[in-house]
Amino acid sequence: MEISELLQEAFSAVTLNKARSGLTILGIVIGIGSVIAMISIGQGAQGSITSSIQSIGSNLILITPGFQRTPGSQVSAGRGSAETLRQEDADAIANQVSMIQAVAPEITRRYQITALGKNTNTSVVGTVSSYPEVRNIQIDLGNFITDQNVKDGSKVAVLGPTTRDDLFGTGVDPTGKTIRINNINFQVVGVTVAKGGSGFGSQDDMIFVPISTAQRYLEGDTYVTTISVEAQDAQSMTQVQDQITSLLLERHHISDPTLADFQVLNQTDILSTASTITNTFTILLASIAGISLIVGGIGIMNMMLTTVTERTREIGLRKAIGAKKRDISTQFLIESVMLTFLGGIVGIILGWMLSMLVTYFAGITTSISWWSILLAFGVSAGIGIVFGYYPARRAASLNPIEALRYE
Amino acid sequence: MIELKGVNKVYKTGDVETWALKDISFKVNDGEFISIMGPSGSGKSTLMHIIGALDTPTSGEYLLDGKDVSKMADDELADIRNDKIGFVFQQFNLLPRITVFRNVMLPLIYAGTPKEAREESARKALISAALPENWWTHHSNQLSGGQMQRVAIARALVNNPTIILADEPTGNLDSKTGEIVLGTFQKLHEQGRTIVLITHELYVAEHAERIIHIVDGQVKSDSKSHPRRKISMKDYKD
Ligand SMILES: Nc1ncnc2c1ncn2[C@@H]1O[C@H](COP(=O)(O)OP(=O)(O)OP(=O)(O)O)[C@@H](O)[C@H]1O
Ligand SMILES: [Mg+2]
Repeated sequence: MEISELLQEAFSAVTLNKARSGLTILGIVIGIGSVIAMISIGQGAQGSITSSIQSIGSNLILITPGFQRTPGSQVSAGRGSAETLRQEDADAIANQVSMIQAVAPEITRRYQITALGKNTNTSVVGTVSSYPEVRNIQIDLGNFITDQNVKDGSKVAVLGPTTRDDLFGTGVDPTGKTIRINNINFQVVGVTVAKGGSGFGSQDDMIFVPISTAQRYLEGDTYVTTISVEAQDAQSMTQVQDQITSLLLERHHISDPTLADFQVLNQTDILSTASTITNTFTILLASIAGISLIVGGIGIMNMMLTTVTERTREIGLRKAIGAKKRDISTQFLIESVMLTFLGGIVGIILGWMLSMLVTYFAGITTSISWWSILLAFGVSAGIGIVFGYYPARRAASLNPIEALRYE
Repeated sequence: MIELKGVNKVYKTGDVETWALKDISFKVNDGEFISIMGPSGSGKSTLMHIIGALDTPTSGEYLLDGKDVSKMADDELADIRNDKIGFVFQQFNLLPRITVFRNVMLPLIYAGTPKEAREESARKALISAALPENWWTHHSNQLSGGQMQRVAIARALVNNPTIILADEPTGNLDSKTGEIVLGTFQKLHEQGRTIVLITHELYVAEHAERIIHIVDGQVKSDSKSHPRRKISMKDYKD
């Protein structure tokens, strides 16, 4: 039987009872729609996480304090709370490690800030003049902290744009004004350019001060919370990382690398960790959505079985005039694939609209990829074949005499 | 040509054996118009299923155009039906969702005949079955019983079969429409078709040239139809 004839027959069978066909494919529509939406949300999230990780710098290596373990003990101080990295470590890295572009130690903590009677609570980053280069930050107004500021321990501050908006109002030039950090007066010397992104880790809601000032007036100690290192290029990352690790192990008098009291992370590691997390998340969401596809498939199978029973006489007649088993099974298989394919198309449109709504109302970027659409088509056709197979076989194996006699 | 040699058909339901056909032997030559007549339960339909290659005998031989059909597999039987048999059923068995024209073409679609040839054959068959052309594009469920049976006859004719097998073709029709259908068969017979008509009514059987009488699955008599009833189609015009 020609394919055009088969399609025509299937189309007329599927459209004969539109309400029933429509209700039956609803399961597939919802399943495909939510899989598409979940994948697009996951992909969007991955894209925005990747770009925000990339926006913190390029060829970046981050050194943070780690577990401070004593051999034989299971007790450890919480990660990041340890005060194992010191200013001297940063200086040693700058002097002894090759192939690095710049080093920027920082000491970060949240403080209460007041200015002109306005209040905010934000991160105060004590750092050095190379920080903007290492962490990809640009200056909008005034200038960043200078080497001289660090040397002198000047009480100057550079505001992130969000902090500036909170304290002085949007668009106001605050340079020359005074803010109080932890009840100590600082003079504002600059504002950084907005980088976008929101929530945790936003570099727009921050105040930068000289590291020496932070250590002297705010912390009263010379430990640092992070050392950012910019490698010369992407190729030298691993080497730089290895050099830093052995240098710090030596400086901290640790012979067993597994007992290191610091962590050296490069941007690639962070990126791959983040994408592993978002991938897992996407797969989880898509699998949950996928369950409704199975339910939808069972719905299709149920309807096809009903159809086969209803059309027993028709099947008998077709066989009597010369249809072979294959002709009958192909006919019913095409009907079920046509149903699921139709469901797939509507589902893709639904998923696309859903992800637009998510972008519009929740502000989460979403991206629909070609592969997810192709996958949706493939999966819906596959469901048609899998769940249509049994009904089609049942139709094909009907005895023509019994079928013709069927009331 | 149809040739049955000692055909038996036994149905087994549990331990009970039903001998639906017992040692049936007869020949039907090309161009003959015969009736198979008998009371209810005598085995007429069973016989038709075997002649029509819908079923195979339990034992015995059935030769259709010299070919032994009695031991063929399902798909081979489907080919035989498609190629050599045209069925006309009591309940017409048209597909309601598609047009008259498509119904008639259906056997040729399964035969893989190209579109133009298919349409040409369908047109000829519908003309032979005397269905006026203005009905051809109607859906078959919009037709009267007599018209439906003529569509079914056209469908049976379309593949140019060796035999046309009709099982109680007038059973669902009033006597006047029934006569039109019988008249159509007589006309086809005059054109040289082989027709096997199955009925339990002597009146209907007498429209054929030869009547095979079966009772309890056995041939009781096989003789020329006497008197032969002739329908003049001039009496019926739509
Ligand atoms: N599938 C079957 N299983 C068991 N017995 C059957 C089957 N089909 C027919 N029979 C039996 O075979 C015998 C002949 O049946 P058949 O249908 O051929 O009779 P018929 O002459 O066509 O009757 P009618 O005029 O009522 O249609 C009957 O006794 C019937 O009960
Ligand atoms: Mg019968």
